[in-house]
Amino acid sequence: MIGDIDPLIINLTIFVLAIFVGYHVVWNVTPALHTPLMSVTNAISSIIIVGAMLAAGPSDMDWGVWLGAVAVTLAAVNVFGGFLVSQRMLEMFKKKDKKGST
Amino acid sequence: MSANMVALAYLVASVFFILALKGLSSPESARRGNMFGIVGMIIAVATTMTLTENWMLIIGCIAIGGVIGTLIAKRVQMTAMPELVAFMHSLVGLAAVFIAIAAINNPVSFGLPAVLPAGSKLELFLGTFIGAMTWSGSVIAFLKLSGRMSGTPIVFSGQHMLNLLLAIVMIGFGLWFFFSETTNWTAFIAMTAIAFLLGFLIIIPIGGADMPVVISMLNSYSGWAAAGIGFSLGNPMLIIAGSLVGSSGAILSYIMCKAMNRPFLSVILGGFGSDGGAVVADDGAQKTYRSGSADDAAFLMGNADSVIIIPGYGLAVARAQHAVKELAEMLHEKGVNVRFAIHPVAGRMPGHMNVLLAEAEIPYEQVLEMDEINSDFSNTDVVLVLGANDVVNPAANVQGSPIYGMPILEAHKARTVMVVKRSMGVGYAGLDNDLFYMDKTMMIFGDAKKVVESMVKAL
Repeated sequence: MIGDIDPLIINLTIFVLAIFVGYHVVWNVTPALHTPLMSVTNAISSIIIVGAMLAAGPSDMDWGVWLGAVAVTLAAVNVFGGFLVSQRMLEMFKKKDKKGST
Repeated sequence: MSANMVALAYLVASVFFILALKGLSSPESARRGNMFGIVGMIIAVATTMTLTENWMLIIGCIAIGGVIGTLIAKRVQMTAMPELVAFMHSLVGLAAVFIAIAAINNPVSFGLPAVLPAGSKLELFLGTFIGAMTWSGSVIAFLKLSGRMSGTPIVFSGQHMLNLLLAIVMIGFGLWFFFSETTNWTAFIAMTAIAFLLGFLIIIPIGGADMPVVISMLNSYSGWAAAGIGFSLGNPMLIIAGSLVGSSGAILSYIMCKAMNRPFLSVILGGFGSDGGAVVADDGAQKTYRSGSADDAAFLMGNADSVIIIPGYGLAVARAQHAVKELAEMLHEKGVNVRFAIHPVAGRMPGHMNVLLAEAEIPYEQVLEMDEINSDFSNTDVVLVLGANDVVNPAANVQGSPIYGMPILEAHKARTVMVVKRSMGVGYAGLDNDLFYMDKTMMIFGDAKKVVESMVKAL
């Protein structure tokens, strides 16, 4: 039965449900952390690196592979930059926590 | 790895991404949340590695990108976060376009049929179009935020008509691409070029003051671009991660618009809020205001029971956050109850001011959101406004005012108000601020950092 369904419909189901999850999770984010939220989501959106890796994957190296390689590099900047800068920001919220409680 | 194993690993990664966002619900759990995000990304990348044949090339590219990303993350100033985020959005957009082009060139490597079915073409069209707009829009946002381009809206007549026309032409090329039996590069390239152009045109009329909305919107786009690519590749993880980001950005845009009381559509259509401070014609009457020195202000604050500090973008520009922290500490030692009130649109991106205060090691318990503190202004002795303007303008309560209905920090209800400002110039909304002419208001002119430093000295 499920085999008869167009994959597009299954993907659409996942898409709609994921939006609901995102909606509920994000409304719970405290406003003070909206900037880290943005840098974390930015890092997560660089999940696109998976697509870039597939593009750079084939062993016969045509220009498409090189284009994929460039995309991998761009996305990697984002993965590292996004998560590390979030970590740096969130550390600041930690230091204060200690000071505030003493 | 079998296809099923890969799919399961991707599911685990997706769950980690959801946990990452969930962690941000409080500062205590936020670092763990970020770690979940990192773990999810490692699982996703490691799994995908088993599907590729060019290990060396890919690891090399990740290493290069990783070094660049790490350096940027370590060196960026916290005041420069908005432009960093805009810059990173642009990378996601560009990567999405490149991936789509590579997928059209060699569909088999993505597990797609050699001749692309119509459905895949449609998905690639969407991914490319959103990616291209994200790239060019973010570049403009980056240039505006970093001051390399004026924040003044660029408007010309027929702008919206032009955008509409371009959008129609772009969809036309998209349909041509869609219905061509073979790979129609001409249509695809034309469509992509127009999408790039549209990204520029849509962002240039939006003024500096609306940047928090723009940057949230681009955040959202970068997520939809990832989801679009996820559809093309039939990859549920990309769809889930992309949708999370997309809805997050959309919610932030909504919160920002609400905080400015501006309909989303009017922000996007642009033309409001010039950076230069256009002067609105006033009734012409010369209003008088009282100006004082930093020493007077320090004396008043030192003798007060409670002080609320309202930081605005002027504080960030003057890099005064560390001086402010010293001031708050000294007052605290004198037994003054010092708190900070943050308006949702303070700074150039959502939550920007909180990060700047956190950087200065101001305890976050002292930093309150508008809704938490607004009822306390009426029994507060002194309010110190540092480089904020429109967010404390009582005109927001006056019907007919351009900013009528915008939620404000009710500084005017405090017993004494002190405003540190460079001049009597108007804010981004181009409005005069009645708060400055109230009897209980004292204006202190000068650079926020210098003024606060001399206050600290006087204490």
